[in-house]
Amino acid sequence: MKPFAFARPGDVAEAVREVAAEPNAVFLAGGTNLVDHLRLGVARPELVVDVRTLTSREITDLDDGGLRLGAASTNSEVAADRRVWERYPVLAQALLAGATGQLRNMATTGGNPLQRTRCPYFQDVTTPCNKREPGTGCSAVGGYVRYHAILGTPGALPDPTAPETCIATHPSDMAVALAALDARVHTIGPAGVRTIPFVDLHRLPGDDPSRDTVLEHGELITAIDLPPLPEGTRSAYRKVRDRASYAFALVSVAAVVDDGDVRIALGGVAHKPWRASRAEEILRGGPLTEHAVRAAMDAELAAAQPQPGVESGNGFKIPLVARTVAATLRGLTEEQP
Amino acid sequence: MDADITLRVDGEARRLTVDTRTSLLDALRERLGNTSPKKGCDHGQCGACTILLDGQRALSCLALAVAHDGAEITTADGLARDGELHPVQRAFLERDAFQCGYCTPGQVCSAVGVIEEFAQGWPSHVTEDLTADPEMTHDEVAERMSGNLCRCAAYVNITPAVQDAAAQR
Repeated sequence: MKPFAFARPGDVAEAVREVAAEPNAVFLAGGTNLVDHLRLGVARPELVVDVRTLTSREITDLDDGGLRLGAASTNSEVAADRRVWERYPVLAQALLAGATGQLRNMATTGGNPLQRTRCPYFQDVTTPCNKREPGTGCSAVGGYVRYHAILGTPGALPDPTAPETCIATHPSDMAVALAALDARVHTIGPAGVRTIPFVDLHRLPGDDPSRDTVLEHGELITAIDLPPLPEGTRSAYRKVRDRASYAFALVSVAAVVDDGDVRIALGGVAHKPWRASRAEEILRGGPLTEHAVRAAMDAELAAAQPQPGVESGNGFKIPLVARTVAATLRGLTEEQP
Repeated sequence: MDADITLRVDGEARRLTVDTRTSLLDALRERLGNTSPKKGCDHGQCGACTILLDGQRALSCLALAVAHDGAEITTADGLARDGELHPVQRAFLERDAFQCGYCTPGQVCSAVGVIEEFAQGWPSHVTEDLTADPEMTHDEVAERMSGNLCRCAAYVNITPAVQDAAAQR
């Protein structure tokens, strides 16, 4: 591991100043992803600034009926909160579908959405990767693509040598639920505080796959707000993976349904948690019949680009994600009294 | 780059100077001579390094020692008190819940955490009703212990051992 300086500032403002002043500095919270990256050489900072105890660890009710998750609250604590079970079951289910008990005790609300892709080529410093080393190319194209994207990629098959190519997916389960819940992210950075809609936090690779989110260098998540939901809203998270526990999603679905409205977010299919806006638009106001849901997902997935690769590539995700959405919505509508 | 820290390990305050890169696992094993947490994968994937960190099960390979200055740490070595094995350790013996034993200290620490999490009513991925008190079924234990791999595959005895120990709580 490359040597680094370590700092634990007295408050959030000082932490932001310290990271902002050193171009090669990073924030450390639970460390479940960053410490591994330090060891692998994926992250090679000069300075690590510990913020785990600087932001709030509280989960608090908001005046509008929503809930505020302090950035330092752990994944376990959020998943164990009765208010989350009762009002936002999709979030508790997503958290409990991710990682393990040990990891959830360490991982935080602020850190989880900022974990990085588990693309094996990104994590292997001996292979070219535009996300890890911009401009070196993408080793995933045509390779092991089982966990890679089908949405938000160029329409044609990507060029593995192009500097913008990246077919990685975002690995977080929590983030898929937060996208479906229209959560809001509070940050503090060198330019001051701001609030970012969760669906805008993560970005598609665009011309710079090295950037996972819109956060600026030195910008720190301080809390995530869950907006209130109308009475009677139902929500659920469904995850499909290669083994029953402790595995990343092949595809996952977070769905939030109330009278006439449906919100759907997909995991394991894109560089960011993917809001299925096209499908939502088609389904809005109508009955969530199997036929309607399948038709809406056909429209959503019309632009999907399966990636060829070893073990027949990842085209299996297109029918899989459509079926998983249908099953999730069926579960929510059948629950209706 | 070095830092001075204090760790409270199995009830005893230990002062040491660590390189900032040192994991809690390496600090415990290489600096403090406590070899009960094991280095399996060193990537947070196997659970062999599981300890109780400020009362909760955690992976010592993914924790920087410098970031846990002042922490209260319990290892499998510290679970036994006054020569008496912890109920989880006894249950592992009685159920023959290991073969080579390498993963066992991590399994035991994880099980202690699981039993406490159950007692607090925490649900898991396999809990049908999030708001109901979960029952210590086979499926619940298997899901909650899924972060502790056993290459000998002693799971068939580990799961009942955890259930036994939980019943005694």
